[in-house]
Amino acid sequence: MMQVEPSPTLATDALDLSYGTRRVIASLGVSLPSGQVTAIVGPNGCGKSTLLSGLARLHKPDKGAVLLSGEDIQRLPGRELARKLALLPQEAVAPEGLTVSELIRFGRQPHQGWLRQWSAEDQQVVEHALHAAGLEALAERPLEALSGGQRQRAWIAMTIAQQTPLLLLDEPTSALDLGHQIEVFELVRHLASQGRTVVMVLHDLASACRYADYLIALNDGQIVAQGAPAAIVTPALVRALYQVDCTLITDPDTGSPLLANVRRACS
Amino acid sequence: MPIRVAHQRTQMTLLLTALVAVSLVSLLVGAGEVGPLRSLAALAGTQDSDASFVVWQLRAPRTLIGIAVGMALGVAGALLQAVSRNPLAEPGLLGVSAGAAFAVALTLVMGASAATLRISVAQLGALVGCLCVLSVTRVRGVGSDPVRLVLAGAAFSGLLGSLTSLMLLYDQRAADEIRFWVIGSLAGRRLDDLAAMLPSMLVAAVAVVLMARPLAALALGERAASGLGHHPGLIRWCVVACVALLVGGATAMAGPIAFVGLVVPFVARAMAGPDIRRTLWFCLSIGPLMVLAADMIARVAVAPSELPIGVLTALCGAPVLVAVVRARRLPSL
Repeated sequence: MMQVEPSPTLATDALDLSYGTRRVIASLGVSLPSGQVTAIVGPNGCGKSTLLSGLARLHKPDKGAVLLSGEDIQRLPGRELARKLALLPQEAVAPEGLTVSELIRFGRQPHQGWLRQWSAEDQQVVEHALHAAGLEALAERPLEALSGGQRQRAWIAMTIAQQTPLLLLDEPTSALDLGHQIEVFELVRHLASQGRTVVMVLHDLASACRYADYLIALNDGQIVAQGAPAAIVTPALVRALYQVDCTLITDPDTGSPLLANVRRACS
Repeated sequence: MPIRVAHQRTQMTLLLTALVAVSLVSLLVGAGEVGPLRSLAALAGTQDSDASFVVWQLRAPRTLIGIAVGMALGVAGALLQAVSRNPLAEPGLLGVSAGAAFAVALTLVMGASAATLRISVAQLGALVGCLCVLSVTRVRGVGSDPVRLVLAGAAFSGLLGSLTSLMLLYDQRAADEIRFWVIGSLAGRRLDDLAAMLPSMLVAAVAVVLMARPLAALALGERAASGLGHHPGLIRWCVVACVALLVGGATAMAGPIAFVGLVVPFVARAMAGPDIRRTLWFCLSIGPLMVLAADMIARVAVAPSELPIGVLTALCGAPVLVAVVRARRLPSL
């Protein structure tokens, strides 16, 4: 069993994020539930990836702050933040020839230092990450020889090796077919079951409903709804977000909302 | 992994052996009258004042400088390629060397004498060249296309080159002083030049060692590197400074030599795999190997006169350039 320290809380306080003069996230305050899987959903261009970048300190806020256990992340040293919060960027690319285990070893960098080079513990963590992601057999394969799902699991394994209580994933399944998506989502659920807080940006509302404990629905840089999928997803919300009409039914096996008869909204 | 490491150890041993051999041969052959046998005798300690002068005062400094220049250009090429994520980024092609040469020519025309401040001026020129090139990569569309970056660099290099020639055309004294230098050559360098260059090389070496880990992470992309706790912007500035120190120093000693920074990392990557930390070690032996080999051919090919070394590195570099472009794996670096 992998050791994960008790989850620190991640929240934003009146957060403003912009690109140049264009304000993408405006005065957003949200608290992400610890130990759960949160999905940020919303239409293209609603600011969901920007919000995730802000949470990971890749995007400096104009105003407001991202708070990690109450402390402004802008004040944390990079390595310390990287020991608490791991990020998988969208469409991450590795140099050609890099093997799965070499990629995962990068995850140990925040734990290494001048006096602390590669250790037996690092090796053990890498092996554990390989195991958690089900990639033992592929450890020495170059990434380009893997399927899309395996490759994405390898990247997630790198963030597992970071041993952070918080994990941010930017559209982890966007380029994957259904089978490979399930591979990734099941891994994400497995990680959350060990006590990690996972935040992912998803463009697919259906999988967000199925795999997330908590949804944050974003439109135009504002939160329009947040809560458990079964509690907040309504035809009205779906319409507000995506301009489509649908009928909602309940998945008989999981109890999560399912979108049926999705069609363009007639205005 | 252990297989790869063991394999690389063998390769490294072979490379170092080759380097020792080439350095030795570099002491033995030359364009002049002192042939290999006389040189060998002088090395062994016979009383042959002509031969020992040639071997110890001319060829030994030349060999050492060749080693330093090869290391500097090879490592600078690998660094520049790592931060621009472009396997074609090469100091000679992108105008970094041309910037250094231009700066030196400019100070000469303005009245300075060649030897005194050549290194720092060249480094300053290289720094400006480097910044120009990297700001071009920031322009939309250019940074994402490796070939366009090289085109921009070539245009920049050409511009600086012609400005340099123009200045020398108008200033006879400067032209005499650096005529040989401006085409790139290891001939007639003294150990003092090398001694002046060593501090810069040391500083760059320390910086590279300190940056090794984040530099490797940068290969995963800026966002992933930030996610691992690094500061890509800071790393980029440090790399630019190192490249300027190394290329400026190398150019001050040997003139602008193109393609070494392209070929050496290319070969090193093929041997070392994708991790820049291993690639840099290989560059340290492959760089001197290439420069010394080119210099030796430059000495003997048209003896008793000499070819400029840049001609030979280009002969060897142009096919590599074509190969890299044709391999179609450019964006994956």
